[in-house]
Amino acid sequence: MDDNKNIILVEELVKDYSMGSSYFRALNDISFTAKKGEFTGLVGPSGSGKTTLLNILGALDNPTQGDAIVLGKSVKSLTHKDAARLRNNSIGFIFQTYNLLPVYSVFENVEFPLLLLKKGKEEREEAVMKALSWVGLTSKAKSRPNQLSGGESQRVAVARAMVKNPVIVLADEPTANLDAENSHNIIRTMLKLNEELKTTFIFATHDEKVISYLHRKIVLNDGKIVNDINLN
Amino acid sequence: MLTIKLAFKNITHAGIRTWLNVFVLSFAFVLIVFTEGFYDGMAQQVKDAMVNSEIGGGQFWQKDYDPFDPFSLEQSHSIIPDNLSNEINKGNASAVLIVSAAIFPRGHVQSALLKGIDPNQKIVNLPSAVLDHNADTNSIPGLIGSRMANNTGLSIGDFVSVRWRNIHGTFDAADIKIVDIMSTDVQTIDRDQIWIPLNKLQSMLQAPGQATIITMKKTVSTIPSVGAEWKFRNLAYLLKDINDNLNRKKVSSAFMYILLLSMALLAVFDTQVLAIFRRRKEIGTLMALGMTRWNIISLFTLEGSMLGVLAFVTGMIYGLPLLTLLAKTGFALPSMVQGVGSSIPPTLYPKYGIRLYLITTIILFISVMIVSFLPTRRITRLKPTDALRGKLS
Repeated sequence: MDDNKNIILVEELVKDYSMGSSYFRALNDISFTAKKGEFTGLVGPSGSGKTTLLNILGALDNPTQGDAIVLGKSVKSLTHKDAARLRNNSIGFIFQTYNLLPVYSVFENVEFPLLLLKKGKEEREEAVMKALSWVGLTSKAKSRPNQLSGGESQRVAVARAMVKNPVIVLADEPTANLDAENSHNIIRTMLKLNEELKTTFIFATHDEKVISYLHRKIVLNDGKIVNDINLN
Repeated sequence: MLTIKLAFKNITHAGIRTWLNVFVLSFAFVLIVFTEGFYDGMAQQVKDAMVNSEIGGGQFWQKDYDPFDPFSLEQSHSIIPDNLSNEINKGNASAVLIVSAAIFPRGHVQSALLKGIDPNQKIVNLPSAVLDHNADTNSIPGLIGSRMANNTGLSIGDFVSVRWRNIHGTFDAADIKIVDIMSTDVQTIDRDQIWIPLNKLQSMLQAPGQATIITMKKTVSTIPSVGAEWKFRNLAYLLKDINDNLNRKKVSSAFMYILLLSMALLAVFDTQVLAIFRRRKEIGTLMALGMTRWNIISLFTLEGSMLGVLAFVTGMIYGLPLLTLLAKTGFALPSMVQGVGSSIPPTLYPKYGIRLYLITTIILFISVMIVSFLPTRRITRLKPTDALRGKLS
């Protein structure tokens, strides 16, 4: 993929939520582009529309008006099945609450996206161990999520998001439940992966620790982009 | 394969909830098999007893004979046709002559049927030979069943006076000596009747060569054709009342097991609804990881259906040995059951066939699959973003 090509193109995006007879506008006329390998943050206070925008970029939600073109695909026109395929093939998610599958071991949690992609056993094992080594958790491969600390859980979530080598990783407040040390570790891990694998990271965050690592900061307030700063 | 693996992990992880459902379902499964096997076994035993002891391979009835009309008995006897006589001589049939009579046990009057049977017959399982061995010139040998003995207070060696009317309408009387008391499951050859030698009854009635019923051998292959004086009643006709009764019992038992199965299925349904409610976030995560809604619906449906599989396995583990044991040892039925008028044996052996297991298993699986699927339809309306937030849209 051409590094200078826009992998995300957001055009005059509007997202309204129905509230009985009225509606709440979560995103208002958002437009921006993102290229491969960016380490970008959607920054702003609670309720500014960061998560909503991230959800639309991840094809988990549809815009009310405008469109988001992700990897050449219009989110607005994707069917449920196509959206699932896009997420499965090209997008990794990291959530604030880790969202690990409790019945699976660390290894199996990380392996899960590869199973959905119907990868072979050997390829899966190799990829999972590699992903766990990126986050320094090879020794915890057999542990269950309930045996991990918050920091470890989030590193497993990072490994799960990265194992399929996605084009884009969308991280929603990935450090919100972590202490300072773990927050720095997680962000440094993601930054390293961004540099080594050229994976595009887009964060929704208002954590100053995360913001200090960003290469680009898109500031949202009341559903509008109020600033778009290149920090490189 | 992934869905099966994940479903299995999910239900084993659910621990006590899973095993409670499995136990309730397996209990319903075993009880349904038990009940059905109970009725199948009872039906088989009752029919076997009837065939062996009374109706053989079918019966020719004299055209006026109606077992439910005692007044018809005076007319319901005719000369045995030649071709049926040949069958009797060849050992393929046995004649029975029936007449109504009054007996006087212990000074009381009581109506009874006198039934004449060839003491040497081998067609039905009746100890008629005792009528031959105990023959003497001074009295008529009589064979009664244990129920008749209980009702009349008669014992072996007792004499009982009997009064009857011959075919010319003349009353006559004699003493019958009870030579044996038989124990039989078939009440219709026992209650209110005395078996005596056929030729003796024919001479008492002044009706030589006549009979009311000709019972064919159980294994008879061709039924001889006779004139209009005799009508052939096949097994379907002769067992109709028993079949109807058993079918009625089966219908009433079906209500019981539908209720039982419904309760078990309600537990599965409830678990599924609860699982979808509790695992909204997990559903959202699966969607974010790239599973389609139908993948997730399949996963939840499979989880519910696996309860059916586990219930089947569990049911087989404790149910199969238990039911096999019951089929071997049988149930001793209380004596009051013997008084209800059917040929219910004192010990009932349930009958469990592959067909019964197969049908019950299929019903269980299909029902579990349906109730597992129904709550999951909600997932088709679930937005991934709502699910991730733990909301149900």
